[in-house]
Amino acid sequence: MSDNSSNDAYWKANVRIILISLVIWALVSFGFGILLRPMLAGISVGGSDLGFWFAQQGSILVFLALIFNYAWQMNKLDVAHGVDEE
Amino acid sequence: MSQFAINLMFVGASFALYIGIAIWARAGSTSEFYAAGRGVHPVTNGMATAADWMSAASFISMAGLIAFTGYDNSSFLMGWTGGYVLLALLLAPYLRKFGKFTVSEFIGDRFYSQTARIVAVVCLIVASTTYVIGQMTGVGVAFGRFLEISNTAGLLIGACVVFAYAVFGGMKGVTYTQVAQYCVLITAYTIPAIFISLQLTGNPIPALGLFGDHVASGEPLLSKLDAVVTELGFKEYTAHHADTLNMVLFTLSLMIGTAGLPHVIMRFFTVPKVSDARWSAGWALVFIALLYLTAPAVGAMARLNISELMWPNGGISGEAVTTQQIENEAEYDWMATWQKTGLLDWEDKNGDGKIQFYNDKNADLQAMAAEKGWEGNELTKFNRDILVLANPEIANLPSWVIGLVAAGGLAAALSTAAGLLLAISSAVSHDLIKGAINPSISEKNELLSARIAMGVAIAVATWLGLNPPGFAAQTVALAFGLAAASIFPALMMGIFSTKVNNVGAVSGMLAGLTVTLVYIFLHKGWLFIPGTNSFTDADPLLGTIKSTSFGAIGAAVNFAVAYTVSGMTKPTPQEIKDLVESVRVPRGAGTAQDH
Repeated sequence: MSDNSSNDAYWKANVRIILISLVIWALVSFGFGILLRPMLAGISVGGSDLGFWFAQQGSILVFLALIFNYAWQMNKLDVAHGVDEE
Repeated sequence: MSQFAINLMFVGASFALYIGIAIWARAGSTSEFYAAGRGVHPVTNGMATAADWMSAASFISMAGLIAFTGYDNSSFLMGWTGGYVLLALLLAPYLRKFGKFTVSEFIGDRFYSQTARIVAVVCLIVASTTYVIGQMTGVGVAFGRFLEISNTAGLLIGACVVFAYAVFGGMKGVTYTQVAQYCVLITAYTIPAIFISLQLTGNPIPALGLFGDHVASGEPLLSKLDAVVTELGFKEYTAHHADTLNMVLFTLSLMIGTAGLPHVIMRFFTVPKVSDARWSAGWALVFIALLYLTAPAVGAMARLNISELMWPNGGISGEAVTTQQIENEAEYDWMATWQKTGLLDWEDKNGDGKIQFYNDKNADLQAMAAEKGWEGNELTKFNRDILVLANPEIANLPSWVIGLVAAGGLAAALSTAAGLLLAISSAVSHDLIKGAINPSISEKNELLSARIAMGVAIAVATWLGLNPPGFAAQTVALAFGLAAASIFPALMMGIFSTKVNNVGAVSGMLAGLTVTLVYIFLHKGWLFIPGTNSFTDADPLLGTIKSTSFGAIGAAVNFAVAYTVSGMTKPTPQEIKDLVESVRVPRGAGTAQDH
């Protein structure tokens, strides 16, 4: 077992990755997909604009990238802090 | 071979497959019944989660919701997928580490409170039961349409099949049938979509076809669609018309609700390791995205197809389709088929032998109608739920595709129903019977009571499916509201805060639950009794916030109350702080106790 100070650092690093991921999560869906859509109106994508694409396709693709990136980063972090499963 | 025989063959073959899996995957222990012995590969679990999650609503209704509203209903796409990010980052790995069998068990242990556990169980049972009604009615409708048997007989056959694999196989049987059901439903959804995308845009990938060019006109598909629907007096398809605040809150409520639905969360108890739970959430979203990236294309293309079928001679400036064409031409056969179900209807109001389809609420079109002697929209009924089921017929696809869609619709409804029933039966046998009434119950008897609870839950769900309460359609908002306002915040605070204590958690859950229920009842009627509502969603109590969007606010109230009350009451004991510490690190998950 590792001591508590290492666990604290592990948890802080985890929370940091989560926060960054959630900022991107909100930006592509609530941001690009809804609130910032007027700003992206000039960028046309196949008969509509970038905001429409993010609302119906892009946000889902980014969500996928976020989850796989999180799994990959956390599995590395587990090993670095010696808290991985044998 | 007749269409009926083809449908029967596809549905029969898929059911034989599910029963075969049931015989192969019998559960012998409570661990197998509740968590499939924790031996499910993360990719397999991801596929099962996708089938578990994608219900009759995703398969049958969602493309229709998007087709008839356009951009504004993007909330469903972002909301029902964005929840998986919350689930993967905030809940799944930690709950897997905790290593117990039910969501309520975590809440009860972490907040060292039997009351908290019971509140969670009640929310879980209410949310899952309301959700299962829709699945059972969906099974009845699909049977009724495709196998031409009565709703009741269809529902009873569906219930028997679920009984076979859920009661005997438990989570183990449900998991492997869900994998099979996913394969059936995704094939059934994408094959017609690929055909239609090829017909309209020449691109075999519907998600790319949606942003491609319309072959017949050479214009981008979405520009063409915007032009066609505005010509008929409807709102521009790709434009933003909805209230922005409500749209944001609605999307957020769907996300939080998704992450808080117990039948989805409990799927992550079945994988061997914490790291598997993280990967598995990603795989689940991959399999869900295959349908969700296709759905907006299906919606947009079907909308274009229908508009052009009703105005086959160069749009609204040409002549409308004639009743003779509808009766005699093969490409209009689907209209007669669906008219029989009562979900589609038309009426030649002005007696000119043609069916004019347009928005008769639009002033410009009213002026045009007065000039041309039209007496209102003559496509009098078009239930948006038939869109996906009728889509292969509308696009004139071969009859085996229609049989496949029948099997797919049933797979979507049955897989979600089984997941919900499993959540209900494990809450009853594990949380209520073992947790509260008889803690010393033997494993054998607990397994027996889980099976009896499952049998009773299926019977109740079947009865509710046969006699759906008038408010059935409203209850989905209730299920998401409850999950968002009570379960998600309690789980998240249980993991991310050591300070939230028993009193705080219970007050938070009750506060979130109460404000959400009151807000829904104020708008939909108390206990959904018509006429007892003081407000409507068209003119809501708080600004523009509809009752379906309130789950996010309920969740915020839950968080606020829980932190405030915890600050004023006795701090959490050391052993609970240790429990939170241990849940946060993956090491030791393999040795976690199953009891």
